[in-house]
Amino acid sequence: MKAAVIVFPGSNCDRDMARAFEQAGLQVDMVWHKDTALPSGVDIIGVPGGFSFGDYLRCGAIAANAPIIQEVKAHADRGGYVLGVCNGFQVLTETGLLPGALLRNAGLKYICRTVGLTVATEDSVYTKGYGKGTEIGLPIAHHDGNYFADDATLDALESEDRVAFRYTANPNGAARDIAGILSANRRVLGMMPHPERASEAAHGNDDGARLFAHLTTELASA
Amino acid sequence: MKVRVHVMLKQGVLDPQGEAVRHALGALGFEGVGSVRQGKVIELDLADGTSDETIGQMCEKLLANTVIESYRIEHL
Repeated sequence: MKAAVIVFPGSNCDRDMARAFEQAGLQVDMVWHKDTALPSGVDIIGVPGGFSFGDYLRCGAIAANAPIIQEVKAHADRGGYVLGVCNGFQVLTETGLLPGALLRNAGLKYICRTVGLTVATEDSVYTKGYGKGTEIGLPIAHHDGNYFADDATLDALESEDRVAFRYTANPNGAARDIAGILSANRRVLGMMPHPERASEAAHGNDDGARLFAHLTTELASA
Repeated sequence: MKVRVHVMLKQGVLDPQGEAVRHALGALGFEGVGSVRQGKVIELDLADGTSDETIGQMCEKLLANTVIESYRIEHL
């Protein structure tokens, strides 16, 4: 099974994400944003955290128009899996693969600490390994993680069980405590917390490891 | 031709930066500042004859995120 991790100028969690995929048993290719094709046979694409293009204009806005994004969209349209973390989540909302947008944190400050999360659905390859209602801790490191969507979109996300993770104590003002959401086909996940930064014992917290481990198990049986 | 695009957060979208500026103005002793909204101004130097439709597409595709922002095009 293969993962591709997209690298933009300013990405800084690309290697962390690659390592987490590798630890879970996936073969990983790094893909430069200017590339116009993905390696063949990619099962899942990782869109990593960081500050792509210096967060110029809006977080993720320039990256969302990079050449490789057409291939990421085509992969998602074919039913492929895409995991966007932090800046990767911002990129996925800017591309329209996920609804809503990430606004400046309500408290205006950049927040870098571990936060509590509740797994809000187990109906995805990413969250099944935890079980619904499980509480985990994952680090966040963002200035613009305040999830926003209009009420109709939020209602639809909830009624379709597409909220993947919620904050136990909302750090950034996110609507309805949302920390991560799924696409309509449940194969695209965008989340602000960093599972890849908490995925082995040396990180001091391996709550994120189950996401990658279970994902790999599910992809293997698919 | 020069064009100025004004990008603002839509009404109803919380603007914490504008709110912080409002507080700061109050702290400086300015009274009666009801609300502050902060946006962006983008100036473009375009080929003569660029249509409003094309400029609108620039706004829709990149300059504004219409999920949260509205834009206004001003010809200079």
